Amino acid sequence: MPTLRFNMALLQISEPGLSTAPHQHRLAVGIDLGTTNSLVATVRNGISVVLNDEHGRAMLPSVVRYAADGHVAVGESAQAAQSDDPVNTIVSAKRFMGRGLADIGDTSRLPYRFVQVAASGEVGQGGMVQLRTVAGAKSPVEVSAEILKVLRARAEAALGGELVGAVITVPAYFDDAQRQATKDAAKLAGLNVLRLLNEPTAAAIAYGLDNASEGVYAVYDLGGGTFDISVLRLSRGVFEVLSANGDSALGGDDFDQRIHCWLLEKNQLSALSPQDTRLLLTLARAAKEQLTEHEEARITAVLSSGELIDNVLTQDEFESLSKNLIQRTLQPLRRALRDAKLSVADVKGVVMVGGATRMPQVQHAVGEFFGQTPLTNLDPDKVVALGAAIQANLLAGNRSSDEWLLLDVIPLSLGLETMGGLVEKIIPRNSTIPTARAQEFTTYKDGQTAMSLHVVQGERELVSDCRSLAKFELRGIPAMVAGAARIRVTFQVDADGLLNVAAREMGSGVEAAIVVKPSYGLSDAEITRMLQDSTQYAQDDMQARALREHQVEANQLLEAVGHALEQDGMLLEAGQRERIETQMKVLRDVLPLTNQRELKRAISALNETTVSFAQARMDKSVSLALSGKNISDLEVK
Amino acid sequence: MTQGFDTPKNHFQLFGLTQSFQLDNAQLELAFRALQAQVHPDKSAHLPDTEQRIAMQRSTLVNEAYQTLRSPIRRARYMLSLQGVDTQEETNTAMPLDFLMAQMEWREAVADAQQARDAEAIGQLEARMKDETGKLEAMLAIKIDSEHDYAVAAGLVRKLRFMEKLAEEIDSAYDELDS
Repeated sequence: MPTLRFNMALLQISEPGLSTAPHQHRLAVGIDLGTTNSLVATVRNGISVVLNDEHGRAMLPSVVRYAADGHVAVGESAQAAQSDDPVNTIVSAKRFMGRGLADIGDTSRLPYRFVQVAASGEVGQGGMVQLRTVAGAKSPVEVSAEILKVLRARAEAALGGELVGAVITVPAYFDDAQRQATKDAAKLAGLNVLRLLNEPTAAAIAYGLDNASEGVYAVYDLGGGTFDISVLRLSRGVFEVLSANGDSALGGDDFDQRIHCWLLEKNQLSALSPQDTRLLLTLARAAKEQLTEHEEARITAVLSSGELIDNVLTQDEFESLSKNLIQRTLQPLRRALRDAKLSVADVKGVVMVGGATRMPQVQHAVGEFFGQTPLTNLDPDKVVALGAAIQANLLAGNRSSDEWLLLDVIPLSLGLETMGGLVEKIIPRNSTIPTARAQEFTTYKDGQTAMSLHVVQGERELVSDCRSLAKFELRGIPAMVAGAARIRVTFQVDADGLLNVAAREMGSGVEAAIVVKPSYGLSDAEITRMLQDSTQYAQDDMQARALREHQVEANQLLEAVGHALEQDGMLLEAGQRERIETQMKVLRDVLPLTNQRELKRAISALNETTVSFAQARMDKSVSLALSGKNISDLEVK
Repeated sequence: MTQGFDTPKNHFQLFGLTQSFQLDNAQLELAFRALQAQVHPDKSAHLPDTEQRIAMQRSTLVNEAYQTLRSPIRRARYMLSLQGVDTQEETNTAMPLDFLMAQMEWREAVADAQQARDAEAIGQLEARMKDETGKLEAMLAIKIDSEHDYAVAAGLVRKLRFMEKLAEEIDSAYDELDS
């Protein structure tokens, strides 16, 4: 009978995706979490492919239906019920991600029962909206997590193992609250987020690597509920986003709404039931799709009152109905070009992304704007997921024949509220990420010991016109005369485009640093609560899962450090190797035990011990890149 | 313990460039990309947290250095700070009277063109503004690189700051036309 240890070792190598052996392919996926449809893709044998469900369907409708018995239906079956059960069937939840009730506007056209909740850590209103269903109030984050869970299960079934991680795409114009909400949803679905990737950038990867393109490209991405324009420069394996702009509340759904309103007007209707509203919206969408290929579309329906609807919409009429929606996409185009300091003539190609770009009037308007026929040779519904999968494969550490570098930007400026309700910009829009910027502020009253900071995002000068991301207070400032304190506020935006803010009083040496959580985000406690609510994650499962994740992490860490010692051992300072090896032994010893806390502690101890070694290694690789320039020599202090 | 390059002495050295206001942009770009290809967080997304954190810090720094050198006004400000010269953009308001008068006229012209929704007039103002900015930058190159006259250079940076604000106003005038 084999020993327990032998069993463990076998277990480790037999679980695909968890092994850290260099030759082993790590299972990673790209997920396009769309307003209307969602997809999952992966790189198989070097080629990015969309994973279908058991019926051969690639697209999962982003629709979630909650039943009173706790059952949750996602996709086609939920979509089929949307007219019968509109209140409990959530479509286009993406439009509510990181949004408060005030952001949503006219809720009467939507068949939901909205609940306004307080911002995290505050009383009153201002937090992310929730939707009341028979199964209780649901946050858009929970709704999105249901969609992600289905895609995760689909991928794990197709690939035969657990995923090491996923790249989740977001509209380039998503603000911090919307990005954070997306990341929270992935966490809730048990996914390890390798990166949040901007949708147009994902499309550019799929497109650019496919065509070995060089030059400036514009990506026009009109999805179900969001619009993005990104201007990129492609050259020798570098995808450099020069500027991004858009409208995170404009998409194909709005074209459906226009048809819906037209129907109401034509038939002199008002105050429809949720069922009738959903029915007409569904028919409006079908008409829109039909008008892509046909001159006219006939819309017939019987309302719950028995009233008969029978109208014919022509392409010309639809074009004039939707004219100003298309106009609304042209303004961001001009801004993006201006921000990139380019003109239309500099753009070599225009890539069309998103199902809504199939509308002939959209293609026509974009073609006219750029003076060239837009490129549509990749399926506009799939190109984002395909690109995300390619990036996921790279980020997971799988070797690929192509090596490329992606340089993306933050779409909206980040700033702080100053006197008189004005915004002081700290990080301007279109800054390449990751980025950080510090700014110093001072006290305005004698003996002032606290200072409130209000973090906002947007381009306008007034705080009230920007999005409020977080409010926090820096306490414990030593009492000084007005203007004597030096409070340094540091904004750090990571590669996911997510912001962290820290504040510190410099002059006195007293430090107080705070990491903020956006007011539209979820607190860790809320996420834990949601995880517990979710029937799929009983308490024991969660603990077992957490333990296993730590074991995987420990194995990866041991392997990485071992490899580093082998490769760059000469960079170590005296005694350093011994300290690292001691911590490695500690970690190896606790690994077979099932004490999660000990394991976590040993992991972070080893991590801490290797900080300077890791820095030295990176300096070495950087100095190689700069042909002999040694970055360690550049130190000032 | 190695401190990494948290506070590099010199952005020029970071990119392997000679310390000079006149700059080969293509060379800067190549060096920037070569560096990011090494330190970008995407390269270490599969590695332990420590390495991801270091990568984020370094990539941030390389971005910051690149942005500083790429923009003429920021490059000048940075080079002067290396010489211990403060450009006093917030405190020194003693600008030549004719320069201030010209600035006032510019701004009024931009406001008028915006009011009249005259895109062509804004375009002309923009071209003139760029021309003027180019002249100031050419003078900066002489003052910093050849004459090492940092006091005069600081005055030119203050003037450039006015031009930068003007550029922002022209930008918002365009935005206004779009809406």
